[in-house]
Amino acid sequence: MSKKLINFVNITKAFGDNVVLDDLNLYIRENEFITLLGPSGCGKTTTLRILGGFETPDRGQVIFDGKDITALPPNERNLNTVFQKYALFPHMSIAENIAFGLKIKKKSKEYIDDKIRYALKLVNLDGFERRSVDSLSGGQQQRIAIARAIVNEPKVLLLDEPLGALDLKLRQDMQYELIRLKNELGITFVYVTHDQEEALTMSDTIVVMNQGYIQQIGTPEMIYNEPVNAFVADFIGDSNIIDGVMVKDRVVSILGTKIPCVDEGFGCNRPVDVVIRPEDVEIVKPEDGFMEGDITSVIFKGVHYEIEILANGFEWLVHTTQLYTVGAHVGIYVIPFNIQIMNKPESEDEEAVETDL
Amino acid sequence: MYRLKRQFLAGPYLLWVAGFILLPLAFILYYAFTTDGGGFTLSQITAIADPVHVKSLLLSLKLGFFCTVVCLLLAYPLCLILSRFHFRHQSFVVFLFILPMWMNFMLRILAWRLLLSNSGLINSLFELVGIGRVKMLNTQLSVVFGMVYDFLPFMVLPIYNSMARINKDVVEAAKDLGANSLTVLVKIVIPLTLSGIISGIIMVFVPALTSFVISDLLGGGKVLLIGNVIEQEFMQGMNWHLGSGLSVVLMVFVIASMALLNIFDKDGGGAAVW
Repeated sequence: MSKKLINFVNITKAFGDNVVLDDLNLYIRENEFITLLGPSGCGKTTTLRILGGFETPDRGQVIFDGKDITALPPNERNLNTVFQKYALFPHMSIAENIAFGLKIKKKSKEYIDDKIRYALKLVNLDGFERRSVDSLSGGQQQRIAIARAIVNEPKVLLLDEPLGALDLKLRQDMQYELIRLKNELGITFVYVTHDQEEALTMSDTIVVMNQGYIQQIGTPEMIYNEPVNAFVADFIGDSNIIDGVMVKDRVVSILGTKIPCVDEGFGCNRPVDVVIRPEDVEIVKPEDGFMEGDITSVIFKGVHYEIEILANGFEWLVHTTQLYTVGAHVGIYVIPFNIQIMNKPESEDEEAVETDL
Repeated sequence: MYRLKRQFLAGPYLLWVAGFILLPLAFILYYAFTTDGGGFTLSQITAIADPVHVKSLLLSLKLGFFCTVVCLLLAYPLCLILSRFHFRHQSFVVFLFILPMWMNFMLRILAWRLLLSNSGLINSLFELVGIGRVKMLNTQLSVVFGMVYDFLPFMVLPIYNSMARINKDVVEAAKDLGANSLTVLVKIVIPLTLSGIISGIIMVFVPALTSFVISDLLGGGKVLLIGNVIEQEFMQGMNWHLGSGLSVVLMVFVIASMALLNIFDKDGGGAAVW
């Protein structure tokens, strides 16, 4: 594992009465693509702005490469930001925009020209030097914003929902661009988004946040397959979250049926949340499943069908490539390994929320 | 048909323009190029070369220039402060600076005449603290002071508006790229408010150049601007031909100064005052 480059220590930040971050602790490793993920108002952008130097925390320290940079203004930090709305300088040409940081550092004209060419090539916009900002599309402007940041060779690139204003296809293309850029540059990316698909696609590490608290830190696979609580499970992808009782080790009771699972150590007759991903639910013959139900809706989603099954009073969400008809009587089965057992939330921050993002 | 109806809505305004702007302008032009007998002449125009008129025109340019510079130096830092700090009653503070515009122009100038006079409030204060009475009224300084007081809001408004339009992200991006506060001001804020600055300069310089009431009341007839000369030709000399000729020359100076400023205004924001 590479070394820890950035360390947030006990960061607290409030705007008026609204506590945005409450005693946040987080480290970021060198050359890592880390994503802060969460719904609006979860504190992810504030965390990024504290790292960029645009906000000062009420309490706590930001350690960068061993030095305390909490009070350092943005222009003295060795990192650069790509803003959500691009924030290009409208009165300058593309070349002047990219050269802005280098001119302040008093680099030679040859060095700057070289860097502009290199950066434009890197973001696939060769020959755009003389163009004006107005003549570019949103995606092109965002690439210029990235070029303008990376020519300064920052140790860390901060990206504040940089794809938020782009359309779906462009957003997907830019995700691959960003992964390629990160690999070519070999620097740390700190990425803020509310889009779980973006986070899963690009990140080495995902930090899921809600209401100022970190809910879970882990690789995309860990976050998706082993969410620690109902909030994470619900925010990252679709899931069936069912109230259950852990009867004993390896046996959980949901909706009046005892089913085998692989989890241990929860004790006896303990209330738990049971999370089952829709793609892990298998539709079988009524007599083969651990539960029987009726299909209430079938929606074609392209890659799969999204099916809802009403069984024992619970509306199961199922993803399958097989076509079923509405009204069919079927059985439900999930292999023990795909049943995720979680403790009941201790605070309301960890509860599943409606995420219409 | 619908288009035609909509165009009729401009009718009252067009009548106004024709009757009260174009027609008088035609009269001025007619008088400016004719003699008493009605014959064509350029002598009313060339009369500007008369040393008295040259002196007045130069004085007008000089005082107008100083007035504009002082207004700019007062307004710009004020707008920076107003736009940077987002306090609760920001628009109220802007309103306070605009408030004098709501009072009658003559009333304001007459008030300053009383305040600045030798036996006025300010001189009484000076005497009280031991400075002694200073002659302030009827000087070039008092005229510039009156102009600044009157025209400052015309500088504040366009600059404040252009500054309020600057995207906060752009300033943060500049800082992020290593710019300190001074660099942000010089490379980002001033270029992006240039159209506001130019609008402000035109809106202050043009009325200052053509002003005659302020110099009359605060200059006491001792500060003779080109506006005063023209007024005297019309009102006292009853020489409409000479008055019109000098007006046309002054108009040329106004248009020339606006055209000159427009060269610097690349994005055309200042064109609004044309």
